[in-house]
Amino acid sequence: MARKRTKARAAGAPITTVVVMRLYIAGAAPNSVRAIANLEVICRRYLKGCYKLEIVDVCEHPQRALADGVLVTPSLAKVSPAPVSNVIGNLSDTDSVLAALGLPAGAIE
Amino acid sequence: MTAKTRATPRLLPKVATGVRGFDEISRGGLPRNRTSLVMGGPGTGKTLFALQTLGNAARKGKEPGMFVAFEEDTREIFANGATFGWDLPALAKSALFFLDARLSPTVVQSGDFELSGMLAILEAKKRELGAAWIVFDGIDVLLALLQNPGAERREIYRLRDWLARTDLTAIITAKVDGDAATPANYGFMQFMADCVIRFDRRLEQGIAVRRLEITKYRGSDFSPGEFPLSFGLQGVEVAAPGSAETLARAPTERVTSGFGGLDSMLGGGVFRGTTTLITGAPGTSKTTLAGKFAESACRRGERTLFVSFDEGGERIRRNLTSVGIHLDGYLRSGLLRMYCGRTDATNPEEHLIRIAALLLEYQPSCIVIDPLSALAKSGALSSARAIGNRLIYQVRDHSITAFITSLVEGADPQAEATEMQISTIADTWIHLSYLVRGGERNRALTIVKSRGTRHSNQVRELVLSAAGPALTDVYSSGGEVLMGTLRWEKEAEERARKHQRHAEFTAKRRELKFAEADITARMAALQVDLDRARAELARCSGDDEARQKSSGEWKKELRRMRSSDSAAAAAAVSGKRRGARISAKSRKNNGEQVPRHGS
Repeated sequence: MARKRTKARAAGAPITTVVVMRLYIAGAAPNSVRAIANLEVICRRYLKGCYKLEIVDVCEHPQRALADGVLVTPSLAKVSPAPVSNVIGNLSDTDSVLAALGLPAGAIE
Repeated sequence: MTAKTRATPRLLPKVATGVRGFDEISRGGLPRNRTSLVMGGPGTGKTLFALQTLGNAARKGKEPGMFVAFEEDTREIFANGATFGWDLPALAKSALFFLDARLSPTVVQSGDFELSGMLAILEAKKRELGAAWIVFDGIDVLLALLQNPGAERREIYRLRDWLARTDLTAIITAKVDGDAATPANYGFMQFMADCVIRFDRRLEQGIAVRRLEITKYRGSDFSPGEFPLSFGLQGVEVAAPGSAETLARAPTERVTSGFGGLDSMLGGGVFRGTTTLITGAPGTSKTTLAGKFAESACRRGERTLFVSFDEGGERIRRNLTSVGIHLDGYLRSGLLRMYCGRTDATNPEEHLIRIAALLLEYQPSCIVIDPLSALAKSGALSSARAIGNRLIYQVRDHSITAFITSLVEGADPQAEATEMQISTIADTWIHLSYLVRGGERNRALTIVKSRGTRHSNQVRELVLSAAGPALTDVYSSGGEVLMGTLRWEKEAEERARKHQRHAEFTAKRRELKFAEADITARMAALQVDLDRARAELARCSGDDEARQKSSGEWKKELRRMRSSDSAAAAAAVSGKRRGARISAKSRKNNGEQVPRHGS
């Protein structure tokens, strides 16, 4: 697997490791809706299908959000690969989201 | 009918916070099911106030609550509570929910966000717990992340709507630094809150002073102004001024001031429940008088509190023992309690609050505060004065008989004793001073005033001995009361003079006695002379008669014996006599007429 990644990077290809993410939203709140849209764009552009995204509606699963330590919405958590990271906000600032996900900014344009 | 009842304003339901003093100034506590905003700088006690209220609600009111902390983690909060003896972990098991709402420092922010998620979580938790209370502690930390005043306002609105919907009684704390940095949105927050409390901490001459002010209370009356706030033994305490009117009770029972001399000067002691102020220079035995009062109170079996500043209780006990005041037994039996405060360590406010707590807990009937003036040593004089006043009023409200000492440095008691401005509140004012005369200092005691009592106006000398303090008999000379050895000298002098007078008198009396005896004797001698003279006289006249008689007889005898013309002779004799008488009579008329018979 490690070899694969090295190879991929050497070839300048996009990361093929599956990135597992969780996005916490609050129903149809404007920022939540915007966050979903922004994240979809990022995933399409930079992850090329190599991701797993779970969307958790805090309004429906408050206990889950509490257990995960989520307070504000929207909130994005990168579960794997390590290191885990968190981004809050509607993800409008793409560069900071990419940095948090461990992706080089502007890798593919 | 229904319209009518609706029109009458209903009292805002309130819920007590259990924070000592706050419920009084807010006339009952915080508004129920409404939002209260607590603002203030760091370290002013906002969090503690909120935590204490929440804890009290859970413990006493059996109302579960939630604590949302944006600044501190739960462990820190528990530790803070533990310093005041609150067992928060135990409460957290059943009645309280603590949400650590700090954002991890590694969190990356990208764009705008909302509080909806958190509110959804809290709403779920509220249902689970049946919570009636919620605290948002340090909401400013979270709002600052929004970096957009518009977004902040939006979230505040969201919060307000949520709180209104959930019917929770809420406390929101927000950090406000200074006066300048009060952003528009905090004004906005004040608008959404029904009750706004401002906490303040400032330095007054190097001593931190905390204050609390209710700046707004929708639909309710409250005590306006700033009130001192301090961290007491059981948490935050507010120094409420108590009732606006002073209590009208005025017992006429007299309580001994400690020793007879002073009692008689005061017309039989001080009234129960009154305040006696003892002022004096250092070393004028203010503490001794106060100690004597405490001892006598304990002897009557009354609980007594001895508050001393800047002097340890053990040392006071020892020093008082040297003048015959023994407090050990009473301290052991618990009849006497000592509170020894250091004025350099804590601000006067805290002392006041601790003393107030002791008054409530111990319920003494007598109190000694020695010296009250120590409060003015640290911090501003104005606040020390206010504290002095409040302390006296508190003591008076509890109907406690108090002896309060106040140090006066310098010579003029009238000007100095008013430094703390307590002399006007005190019922009795005893001033102790030194009188320097004849090369020595002596303690003099004066009663400056004593309300409702006919008191002595004399300056008396206070003498300390192993038997305790005593007042000497008044000894005045030339309009001045004499003291010390001067008094002793004067007394000796007076004794000598008395002795001398007595001797002089005895001598005089003796002299007079002698004179009397002399005269009596002389009178007796004269009487003897008189008698003798009388006797002589009597004898003389007796002789004469006898002689005349005898001579008559002798002549008659002679004549008879001669047998001569006795008749003629007799006539001649008688005529001679008659002629002499006539001549004396007629001499002035006619000198020639005098016949010369017989020549």
